[in-house]
Amino acid sequence: MVTSLRPKPGTPRSYHFPDFHDQILPSGIRLVTAQVAKLPVVTVLVVVDAGSTNDPGGKEGVAALTAGTLLEGSQRFDGAELAEKFEQLGTSVESGADWDSAFIKITVLSEQLEEATELLGEAISSPVFPEREVERAKAERLAEILQLETEPRGLADEKFSEFLYTQESRYSKPDEGSTESVSALSRKDIEEFYRSRYRAGSTTVIMTGDVSTDKARALIIRAFEQWSLGSAPHRPLIAAARTTRKSIHIVDKPEASQSELRTGHVGLPRKHPDFFPTLVMNAVLGGLFGSRINLNLREAHGYTYGASSFYDWRRGPGPFVVSTAVQSEVTAPALREILLEIDRIRGERISDEELSLARDYLDGVFPIRYETTAAIASALATLVIYDLPADYYESYRRNIRGVSADAVLQAARSHLHPDELQTIVVGDARVIRDSVSDLSVGDLHVHSS
Amino acid sequence: MGLHGGQFTTMRIPVETFHLDNGLFVTLSEDHTAPIVAVNLWYHVGSANEKAGRTGFAHLFEHMLFQGSEHVGSNEHFELIQRAGGTLNGSTWLERTNYFETVPSNELALALWLEADRMGELLPAMTQEKLDTQRDVVKNERRWSVDNQPYGTMLEKMQELVFPPSYPFQHSLIGSMEDLSAASLDDVAQFFATFYTPDNAVLSIAGDFDSIEARRLVTEYFGPIPSGKGRPSLPSMNLPLVFGNRLREVVPDNVSLPRLFMAFRSPVFGSEEYYTASVASAVLGMRKGSRLQRTLVRERQIAADAGAFTFDLAKGTDLLVVDVTARPETSVSRLEDEVEREIDLIHREGVTEPEVQRAIALIETDLVASLQSAGERADRLSMFATYFKRPELINEQADRYRSVTTQRVNDLIFERFGEDNRASLLYVPKEGVESESILAAAVSAD
Repeated sequence: MVTSLRPKPGTPRSYHFPDFHDQILPSGIRLVTAQVAKLPVVTVLVVVDAGSTNDPGGKEGVAALTAGTLLEGSQRFDGAELAEKFEQLGTSVESGADWDSAFIKITVLSEQLEEATELLGEAISSPVFPEREVERAKAERLAEILQLETEPRGLADEKFSEFLYTQESRYSKPDEGSTESVSALSRKDIEEFYRSRYRAGSTTVIMTGDVSTDKARALIIRAFEQWSLGSAPHRPLIAAARTTRKSIHIVDKPEASQSELRTGHVGLPRKHPDFFPTLVMNAVLGGLFGSRINLNLREAHGYTYGASSFYDWRRGPGPFVVSTAVQSEVTAPALREILLEIDRIRGERISDEELSLARDYLDGVFPIRYETTAAIASALATLVIYDLPADYYESYRRNIRGVSADAVLQAARSHLHPDELQTIVVGDARVIRDSVSDLSVGDLHVHSS
Repeated sequence: MGLHGGQFTTMRIPVETFHLDNGLFVTLSEDHTAPIVAVNLWYHVGSANEKAGRTGFAHLFEHMLFQGSEHVGSNEHFELIQRAGGTLNGSTWLERTNYFETVPSNELALALWLEADRMGELLPAMTQEKLDTQRDVVKNERRWSVDNQPYGTMLEKMQELVFPPSYPFQHSLIGSMEDLSAASLDDVAQFFATFYTPDNAVLSIAGDFDSIEARRLVTEYFGPIPSGKGRPSLPSMNLPLVFGNRLREVVPDNVSLPRLFMAFRSPVFGSEEYYTASVASAVLGMRKGSRLQRTLVRERQIAADAGAFTFDLAKGTDLLVVDVTARPETSVSRLEDEVEREIDLIHREGVTEPEVQRAIALIETDLVASLQSAGERADRLSMFATYFKRPELINEQADRYRSVTTQRVNDLIFERFGEDNRASLLYVPKEGVESESILAAAVSAD
């Protein structure tokens, strides 16, 4: 017999987020370093204030395309040569743009760090954006868009953003651009975008792992000698909701065996004073396996393989969304349960059990999040991109533990808006139409896909 | 952890092993850099061990292991680990099932106790209602990841195409809706008694723990669990080196772009020649500088994406798979022709020394980067212990990859990339299928 005595936790060992050093180099580049000598490996992450919210109107996708073609040719090497050179060093460059920044990243064995960093600096300081590679990247993006038409998850996410934000908002359109906008982009657009935004004052280099701050500094100063000085202009963001009236949109997929379901509204910007209570509130609502929404839809009803809710934290107010895929026949009952859970968490204080589960998890899991050089680099990038205080990680666990049940209730009442929910269902309209229109989820619109 | 000798060549993960009297194989790997510890259990059972008419059972059973045991309530396993600040999950594969948690190091005892309770005393907690709910959950998992997902049927279609009927790897891992409906509580009890025994499992602990204390806890919690009666052996899984003829199946599906998966029978996981095949796979499809990315995506621009991977099967033979997605303007027949042409060329002329060195360099970096995570270290220790009884293989990976030569890669390519060893699974958009002659070709290839 296995003992029935549940073990008690031992004495916790203290943990500190890795010490990091933050400095501005003479060129204006910000350098953040964390020496973590566990394995002989280093991550170099370059973050540039050149994310998709900087796409000019009508040129949606230019930020992503610029970051995506950055390594496709420099003054000295063409794209194939660059790929080959990095990969012979055992690394390959990932580059891309999200809403808030562009990033360029390598993880490399320490013995190759010097050569890889120099190559990286040179390549991204003198990109030539060859016409042929730009056209190829555009064609690959167009292929991706085409793939979305038959990919219910991605399609639901995209349609949700489209119906959530006003058309003037950059957030209403795909971050990597639409067929229309991408087709119209030219090499010149990319060059201009690069020239205006990839500048020292808008660039942070993060190095984590088996490297000292002094060595990192010397390497980066040399590698980024040619990087343009100055800063990129600030671009204001519109993130208003398309409507404050509830509505539901069905994107018709005849014969679909499941409905991809999204319901939510415009959420909060990352640097919001209620960040911590909202994080804990969402953990209880739909952020954890043991959250109300998942236990209800998956474990009590067997409607789905999984259901979750989250705030998509961005510089501007990203979406709050509940996301799941349910068997077509139970679309309406599943949606009803989600609405009930949103009402319930706004209606009364969560139990002590629920509060402690969410707090203990978020507090306890903290050290597990930073095992790798890449994870530490990405955590430091978060500080930079969202302009969070230097002691953010040191005080994170204290802040989590300080959230009370009252603060959670307050967050739910202030930051969940059941009257403004926009609901998207990608599924078989014939099967779900009548039953969802019986729920009070607003006007129903059916779109053919 | 004492891993850091300044040079990758001297990197060593510490490995200790011991057995309990009931047959449980335990591996330990200490590392005190962060106060976290990973617990990882591999049961040597997967979909290959299912009976006819019960496809999907091994995976359904994995779900049942989170539904409580004698001293643990339904879903309480999840709750207790998350409450402790840990992460957890489980997964099922053709020949094994694993369960794992990473927790703050002061919660090691909890993770071990939870695993022991469900290994020792699962059945008292099983009910028809729980089975029914998890059956629905798994059916929804199937809809979500297989039926309602473009190319989602790839794994089961590939298994069906490349393995002979009734071969243990031939049937679907997630299972058919029909078989899932047929699973009973009796099946649960029988499967548990047969396969979820200490002598059919490996337990690995990696991270911040004290070895003496860990041994004491493992012995206390797992020691009382009785051994099994021995697992039924699988039928002989020997197969010829090559398929022997051209295999081909066309799958009209709800997809936007044609996509070709071309499989080659390849050396079984863990063999010396497996490492050669793994390098060959990286030469072909790992990252932008790989052969297929360079030729099909960059130069000829007929593909939107291209890659290659191995299944890593440790029994019978492995599979090496090339995966190429067409660009919208590329016709189905052109996609197939161009991939064939490239494979023919490689088969005829082989690959070059720089291509092989590139592949090995990338594999090495990925290996070191992944070993930063305690969960990864524990999982690999369990894998090597389960398949080969040799967890210390974790420290031999880099050397094995580095000793692969261009000559060996080319010998393997010559042996395995010929027309007698290609199985094509070709996904084509449902609409417009009739207008092309590919379906007719498919029928004649059968």
